[in-house]
Amino acid sequence: MKALRNYIDKIKPNFEKGGKLEKWQSVFDSFETFLYVLGDTAPKKGAHIRDAIDMKRVMSVVVIALVPALLFGMWNVGEFHFLSLGEDASFMEKFGHGFIRVIPLVLVSYIAGLGTEFVFVYIKGHEIEEGFLVSGLLIPLILPVDVPLWMVALATIFAVIFGKEVFGGTGMNIVNPALLTRAFLFFAYPSKMSGDTIWVSGLSGGEGVVDGFSGATPLASAAAGAMDKLPSTMDMFMGYLPGSIGETSVLAILIGAAILLFTGVGSWKIMLSVFAGGFAMALILNVFAADTNPYMALPAYQHLLLGGFAFGAVFMATDPVTGAQTETGKWIYGFLIGFIAIIVRVVNPAYPEGVMMAILLMNVFAPLIDHYVIQTNIKKRLKRAKA
Amino acid sequence: MSKVIKIKKGLDIHLKGRAEKVLVDLGISANYAVKPTDFEGLTPKLMVKAGHEVKIGTPLFYDKYKPEILFTSPVSGTVSEINRGERRRILEVIIKADEKSEYEAFTKANPKDLQKDEIKENILKSGLWPAIRQRPYAIIANPSDTPISIFISGFDSAPLAPDYEFALNDDMNDFQTGVDALKKITDGNVNLILHQELNAGGLFKSIKNVEFHEFSGPHPASTIGVQINNIKALNKGEIVWYVNPIDVAKIGKLFNEGIFDSTKIIALTGSEVKMPQYFKITDGADLLSIVRDNVKSGDVRYISGNVLTGEKLEKTNFLSYYDYQLTIIPEGNQPEFLGWGTPGFGKFSMTRTFFSWLNPKKEMTLDSNLHGGERPFVVTGEFEKVFPMDIYPMQLLKAIIIEDIDLMEQLGIYEVAEEDFALCEVINTSKIEIQKLVRQGINVMIKEFS
Repeated sequence: MKALRNYIDKIKPNFEKGGKLEKWQSVFDSFETFLYVLGDTAPKKGAHIRDAIDMKRVMSVVVIALVPALLFGMWNVGEFHFLSLGEDASFMEKFGHGFIRVIPLVLVSYIAGLGTEFVFVYIKGHEIEEGFLVSGLLIPLILPVDVPLWMVALATIFAVIFGKEVFGGTGMNIVNPALLTRAFLFFAYPSKMSGDTIWVSGLSGGEGVVDGFSGATPLASAAAGAMDKLPSTMDMFMGYLPGSIGETSVLAILIGAAILLFTGVGSWKIMLSVFAGGFAMALILNVFAADTNPYMALPAYQHLLLGGFAFGAVFMATDPVTGAQTETGKWIYGFLIGFIAIIVRVVNPAYPEGVMMAILLMNVFAPLIDHYVIQTNIKKRLKRAKA
Repeated sequence: MSKVIKIKKGLDIHLKGRAEKVLVDLGISANYAVKPTDFEGLTPKLMVKAGHEVKIGTPLFYDKYKPEILFTSPVSGTVSEINRGERRRILEVIIKADEKSEYEAFTKANPKDLQKDEIKENILKSGLWPAIRQRPYAIIANPSDTPISIFISGFDSAPLAPDYEFALNDDMNDFQTGVDALKKITDGNVNLILHQELNAGGLFKSIKNVEFHEFSGPHPASTIGVQINNIKALNKGEIVWYVNPIDVAKIGKLFNEGIFDSTKIIALTGSEVKMPQYFKITDGADLLSIVRDNVKSGDVRYISGNVLTGEKLEKTNFLSYYDYQLTIIPEGNQPEFLGWGTPGFGKFSMTRTFFSWLNPKKEMTLDSNLHGGERPFVVTGEFEKVFPMDIYPMQLLKAIIIEDIDLMEQLGIYEVAEEDFALCEVINTSKIEIQKLVRQGINVMIKEFS
């Protein structure tokens, strides 16, 4: 450990002002602050003691919270792969297959994203910002397993540049970069992002499908009116169904939610209100269920278990930068996400899943929600002054 | 007494090094200083120079824009040095104390028998006026104003803060006279704020001529901004004055005995102090005379004041005017390998992202390490947990950054000062210099309306 510290201290002057590698200072700083919490102390006036929390710690906790969904997703990819082939396989064979299908997606996401971020570190002269530590893992988890790797790289680079860096980097972006990646792929390569074959490993490559096997997600079945093809509620909760890699297991997601809530990193107000809003809209649709749209009759609680709803509620809507920033605003923001997600799912014939759209839409509206919340405080203060 | 106001948002930080209730009188040491830099926005004009003989209460300098506000010597002796900084800015007026301890004479009378202007004049002449500060802006009060009320907090809830019931045990007579004097210079009440636990001793309960308010809950219950906001929030155009209880007793003594009593009881605290305790000192004492060898070895930080709002000083420097404690903590200037990723059983955090949550009430030794680099605002909802005022803290800070005067006013800049945001600065994930921002915002407002 001492050797590492000594080495860093030795080469550091090269990167400081006047050193020959001066232009690379922010890149060097990024690596140094990754390896070490520096010995920088509080300034002369102000708070002299500080909470040990920093952005790296917050991001680390979110990554840990994503691990259950990641691990289950890997196993699930393997499970459905072998199901589609009609073959038996052991637990390790399933997990192993999923592992080698998912890890490349994770690697491409991180390399493309961090690579782009480092270019901006060099240009801007700031340390690398930690936002992508989480986005890099979110991106593969919201994609179908058969998505081509080059598409993931392209979409990630697009999202980092146009979703984040052009606005000023972490803390300044308007929409969720991981969702922007997904949206880019969805609109640019729709055939690769929807359908019945992309959710199961190998299926879109035309590998042998056993009779009676369908790679359709439950939402796609519901949208097509095939309500009899839906899995059992237990399967929905545990996640034994095809879908994006990390979204299927509500159980795994709830474990992640518990980690985020216990550590104080995730907002319970947003999570709860997303579920409440979704449930409310689904109930309304149940009441008005028409024969022309059997999807409307899908029981409200099942909406919360299917598709990207739980994943979006716990990991996407709770992004502090793109969501509402006032505590009151968070209730409204979350509720509308859930509400609109179900409307898009059920009422819009083109999209069986609506969570991504709802969150992106509410990302754009979040500042407006906050504005009106703040206005209430401002008006109260003015009224009090007149009294 | 009306019902208890419960402060629900805030944080008590349990630190090692609380002062034992043992009092030692340190008498007079060699050198003392009055520092114009202690007073926000002050442009001092000197009335003495090196070699000038002074008594306790002799004016040293005055406020250029309000010449009736005098700053007087806490000791008798000779002015030894005027310490200047950049652009000849006066940093310290240093006085070499003599054995004689001679006092200037001021009006000795019962405040109840005096007019408002006579009371103000006495306080101004003695040099005690700077002890009276105002909200908005947390600057020295303007003698030409009449405030709608005066606030005195009978407790300090900051980490390791002195116990005023201990420090003022023998001074209740002077405290009452001080209250009587202050009552005359406001149109409204003198509000005395007490804490359910910290004032359980009941020392202040016998004080007359005040309106009592009782608070409970964690810090920042003792900051004036929080107290005003929870009792009757300050509106634009209103002025409230506030005085530390120790200075209220000094004002009382001025009227009771006709002298400026420059002594006060302070607490020497902090994990790096060998024997933390209380000392009777004279204002403007140098830190070494208080600490002597009562400090552990190693790289330490001397803080005039508490760990939330104090100023880091060299040990040869002098205790600041508004500070009633001296805190010594270790400097955290060593890098830690992968420090952000350790389990952190001993690390302090308001979040439960480190395993220190297993031991919540443990008294900790905290150093001055920042634990991370400065970032933009990312995490939301964290300030709201430690900011018990009807104000949106992050939005106000953003308004300050963009210097939007209208928005700052609408969001409550008149109601806040640095100390109200101190806990926000401690727990901020993005390590932003929040208190510095708040003072910048206040200065913009002062300039706008001057």
